[in-house]
Amino acid sequence: MTGATANVPVIAVAGLECRYGANVVLRDVTFSVRRGEIFFVIGGSGCGKSTLLRNLIGLHPPAAGRVEFFGESFADAGEARRRELLRTFGVLYQGGALWSSLTLNENVALPLAEYTALTAAERDELVALKLAQVGLSGYGDHYPAELSGGMRKRAGLARALALDPAVVFFDEPSAGLDPLTSRKLDDLIREIRDTLGTTCVVVSHELASIFAIADRVLMLDKSAKGVVAAGDPRELARGGNAQAREFLLRGENQP
Amino acid sequence: MPVPSVATAETAPRVSAHLEGGCLHVVLGGRWRITAPRPAWADALRGTEDAGNPPPARVELKFAGDLLGWDSALVLFVGEALRWCRGHDAYCDLSALPGPLRRLADQLTGAADPADAPPPEPAENFLAHVGHAAMDMWQKAGEITAFVCECALGAARVVLAPRKFRWRDCFDEMQQCGAMALPIVGLISFLTGVTLAYTGAIVLRQYGGDIYLADLIGLAMVREMGAVMAAVVLAGRTGAAFAATLGNMKAGEEIDALTTFGIRPVDFLVLPRVVALGVMMPLLALYADAMGVIGGMAVSYGLLNISVTAYWHEMMMTVTQRSINIGLIKATAFGLIVGLSGCLRGLEADRSAAGVGRAATSAVVTALLLLVIADAFFAVAFNALGW
Repeated sequence: MTGATANVPVIAVAGLECRYGANVVLRDVTFSVRRGEIFFVIGGSGCGKSTLLRNLIGLHPPAAGRVEFFGESFADAGEARRRELLRTFGVLYQGGALWSSLTLNENVALPLAEYTALTAAERDELVALKLAQVGLSGYGDHYPAELSGGMRKRAGLARALALDPAVVFFDEPSAGLDPLTSRKLDDLIREIRDTLGTTCVVVSHELASIFAIADRVLMLDKSAKGVVAAGDPRELARGGNAQAREFLLRGENQP
Repeated sequence: MPVPSVATAETAPRVSAHLEGGCLHVVLGGRWRITAPRPAWADALRGTEDAGNPPPARVELKFAGDLLGWDSALVLFVGEALRWCRGHDAYCDLSALPGPLRRLADQLTGAADPADAPPPEPAENFLAHVGHAAMDMWQKAGEITAFVCECALGAARVVLAPRKFRWRDCFDEMQQCGAMALPIVGLISFLTGVTLAYTGAIVLRQYGGDIYLADLIGLAMVREMGAVMAAVVLAGRTGAAFAATLGNMKAGEEIDALTTFGIRPVDFLVLPRVVALGVMMPLLALYADAMGVIGGMAVSYGLLNISVTAYWHEMMMTVTQRSINIGLIKATAFGLIVGLSGCLRGLEADRSAAGVGRAATSAVVTALLLLVIADAFFAVAFNALGW
């Protein structure tokens, strides 16, 4: 992921349609995410945020339209290329989704063992670094069940960062966290972007996080079944789109 | 025209209504509690309709001075009034009622005709139902085939790159489904041997052929019951556990996490478990054979006074290496069946607590069904081979 791809958007989505059976959840979704930005997908509950995420990361095939990472689509890629494309991003799932039968060390080490030729010693060192990055040094031998929800999410983030992906997807990072822990996770997201240049795509409806770290937002709506607004959250909060303004202003006036 | 109050007790909810120039005045009194009986809107109307008056064009509801309190019971009553008015083109005047009550009544009547809820699925007729069920079955058969093929491909990948196989998980599962199952498999097989001995003795004693009990029990255990009993225990014990574990992992997005790392859930989760069962099942079947024979021996000794050595010698004349092999082949196949059904049901579980429960149940049912089918298949196949 170096210079050659600099001008290509990290993610380009064109005319995406998502559906479950006959039920259309989203239609004609078009947007692109630039390198190194923190991009939020926002909207009320049930508007299709998580569905969009599942489509983006290839867990659910799009009914129509294209999703491209650095100009390439999962749909066109062969098996081997698909595995390489999968390596360009990491995902922090809502509950962390750590593999419950493995310790934190093993969780972070598994993608490394799968994709790299590192020696066991190098791998251990890297795992320790990743856990330190998310503030979980010394918890490597714990099992996920022994951790709090916030720690599990941070461990999930360490695992998502294991292969130094160009993009990290966050599914509702603040869900189930108290405001302070959620704030710390926001700071962590920004720090990762600033230090590693990682592009962050965050699915969230947490207004505090949106105003704290989002560079741009994409707002989805249930009744519109698609995008209603996109842009800088502060501008949207003052801007012409009534729906986006209403959604965002409810948070800006809060202390 | 006054209507007598519906209730007699002091605090019971009361409705009185009188018609005046086409306007029905309804006065509400007493204490309205959802836990106590309340008058219905029809009670308020009854007196006015009986008199043969035309239906009122306007209905006015108000509180009497002795209204002691109200809750949802009154809301339901007002809702009935609103619906009646809508059906009879009458205007319902609620302006004398308190604001909260008006809002609740509006919500009640609004809830009756939801605006933006999706329309319910149309009921299917019998033919469409049968058609859908058939298509569903066809699709399921396809899924099972695809899953088994995926597992076979995974097994091929293990052979090509054995280092990537999850040996540790495999050994853990072996311990879980093998060593830990010894007590229950042992007990059940021993009792199977005992039961066979008692049943066989009924017939054999009539002919004085008590000693042939050894052949009966030996053959039955080694060829048939050892493998079947071990497989039934493991279907309930291990197959269900596989389904629940994988179903729970799916609900927790752990399977998604594997997929987005490009790790095949089949290679990572299914193969170690299926291999563990495929290896342990023949061993458990051997152990079950031995326990069953011991059970039979115990009954023969205690009930029929057949000495242990006589029993052993008699048994060894019919039970050959081939009989044991047949049992082991069956046991291996049963182990794969139990493992695959458990993992398949776990991977296709719904993402919910109930989904995990259904997956575990369905894993056991699928495993037992396929076990019986496979056993019948083996019986025919070995017969054709002359084994």
